[in-house]
Amino acid sequence: MFQYILKRLLSIVGMLVLISISVFALFFAVPADPARLTCGKNCTPAIIEANRHALGYDKPIVTQYLDFMKGLVSERDFPDDPVIAKNSPQSITHCPAPCLGYSVTQGQLVSKMIKDAFPITASIAVGAFVLWIVGGVGIGVLSALKRGTLLERGLVSASLVAYSLPTFFIGLLLLNIVSIKYGLAPAAGYTPFLDDPVAWAQGMILPWITLAMVFAALYVRLTRANMLETLSEDYIRTARAKGVPEWAVIARHAMRAALTPIVTIAGLDLGGVLAGAAITETVFNLNGIGKTGVYAIQQLDLPVIVAVVLLSAFVIVLFNFVVDLLYAFLDPRVTLR
Amino acid sequence: MTEQQARTLLDVRDLRVHFPTADGLVRSVDGLSFSLAPGRTLGIVGESGSGKSVTSQAILGLHRGTRAQVSGSISFDGVDLLGLPTRELRRLRGNEIAMIFQDPLSALHPYYTVGRQIAEAYRVHHSVGKRQALARAEEMLDLVGIPNAGRRLHEYPHQFSGGMRQRAMIAMALVNDPRLLIADEPTTALDVTVQAQILELMKKLQQEFGSAIIVITHDLGVVADIADDVLVMYAGHAVEQGAVADVFYRPQMPYTWGLLASMPRVENPRGQRLATIAGSPPSLIAPPAGCRFHPRCAYRGLVEGDACVTSAPQLATTEPGHLVRCHLEAAERARVLGNMKDGVR
Repeated sequence: MFQYILKRLLSIVGMLVLISISVFALFFAVPADPARLTCGKNCTPAIIEANRHALGYDKPIVTQYLDFMKGLVSERDFPDDPVIAKNSPQSITHCPAPCLGYSVTQGQLVSKMIKDAFPITASIAVGAFVLWIVGGVGIGVLSALKRGTLLERGLVSASLVAYSLPTFFIGLLLLNIVSIKYGLAPAAGYTPFLDDPVAWAQGMILPWITLAMVFAALYVRLTRANMLETLSEDYIRTARAKGVPEWAVIARHAMRAALTPIVTIAGLDLGGVLAGAAITETVFNLNGIGKTGVYAIQQLDLPVIVAVVLLSAFVIVLFNFVVDLLYAFLDPRVTLR
Repeated sequence: MTEQQARTLLDVRDLRVHFPTADGLVRSVDGLSFSLAPGRTLGIVGESGSGKSVTSQAILGLHRGTRAQVSGSISFDGVDLLGLPTRELRRLRGNEIAMIFQDPLSALHPYYTVGRQIAEAYRVHHSVGKRQALARAEEMLDLVGIPNAGRRLHEYPHQFSGGMRQRAMIAMALVNDPRLLIADEPTTALDVTVQAQILELMKKLQQEFGSAIIVITHDLGVVADIADDVLVMYAGHAVEQGAVADVFYRPQMPYTWGLLASMPRVENPRGQRLATIAGSPPSLIAPPAGCRFHPRCAYRGLVEGDACVTSAPQLATTEPGHLVRCHLEAAERARVLGNMKDGVR
């Protein structure tokens, strides 16, 4: 067990290194010049070159990558230029380790940007997760138990409709109807949970519902299918033959088996959303990880892109790992090796 | 109460279990009657789809909540099970009437320990704590011959061998000292030596608890080994029933002849093909008119006219306690039986 965990953690580190190399390589393969973006119409090649130097994009790619990796363990200064450091030390930004880099376009340390954005994404993800699990699994179980009834057909069709709607459409629809037309909820906005939990929830409710609707639809269908399959298992018949009351047959025997595989998918989905819900964040204008990433890509802001991609990858890989550990705990037939 | 009634534990009269499907009504069990006395063992034999398992599940009311239509009467110790509210039926399930299923791996819950599953069967019918129920489960595992019961209690079904799992199933079925045990193909999934052990165990436990047993099987060897009476089913009907010795030594129905002849024997020469019954079981939606076995019957030429095709034979007594559903004349049957090389058994 301990060995397994160690092995997995090492492979996570290896994977992150590979991902960071790929991001660097891809960034410089893009036929767009970040230095060219720094000045407008009246640009001269000299200004572009000067800006390229100021941004640090003039160094060889390998050097840039090694600088970035070095920053993870030691501090860096931006711009890293002894001449500027000597002439105007006030224009140097100090970046303490672990240093993810400095965004010139935002004029901020990348770690600060991530630190600001992550709580927003986490708020969206966790709330939506609770909603979609409770709603999706609840409706899924109900529709399996009411198989063949009108209620089941209604629930399954409704989930299909929700599933086929694009996220931005649901978001805009909710924003327009709930918030603007009827004023039932404020347009989304982020208030830190610790400052004011009520305002936090109010500002998050629309993004939660939006994300939850898309995901819940999938969970309704998944849960329903798993429940129906489990209910026809021999061990359910055994439970009934033992005289177990019907509610316990469903709760203790059927749901225990039907919902275990859902844990895997739920964990991976939560990881995915924590890595940034780009569309939802954009629709509701919340500066989470997803929106930060999208903006950085538009600006060709390498350090931010690298940080966002690495963070997303880390969260997803981490959740994969957690799900595997959890599964070994939930299913006695699984052994970790 | 007459003596006959006093000695009957289970009495099934004209049981019918029909399943409506898109293709039509499937008559899985179509007018089945039998009775069982305490301490006796009844073997129900027949091919797949003859209605054996459906019958056993009807006794426990396991068709409730499905679309199955069940009619007739099933009386257990004087109580009509078919009319019993589910609440009260549930008190009998696993308590007075317990069941052992064919494939113990799929019949046991994969996520709970064996001990917990046995303990649950006990707790459902007794108001005891978890610890007491587990102690009882350990006692049962020990009784059915599982070594290290205290340790195996905490293991999962997949950690048990096939024979161990079936022992655990039996322990679970017997945890409440049921008066009727229904074993649905209890040894089919097991290899032969384990089969013998399991049958031995069931016999021993029957002597200890005095339970009545219904064994459902397609293996006549199992019936010969364990049962007192036998009921041969074909296409939802009983075609022959009686004491095991009577049916095995003086079988009266071509289908039973076929079943007995198709058993492998040690004394048969090597390389000799096993006898088979030509054809396959009929559709239960539109069973053949007349005798349901007639399309596969090698002896219907011996019946005058086309009675086998046009009129359904009724169960008739050929000797005390021995019933047969066949148009063949008694004398004709005796002649055929006498002609069979080395008898049927």
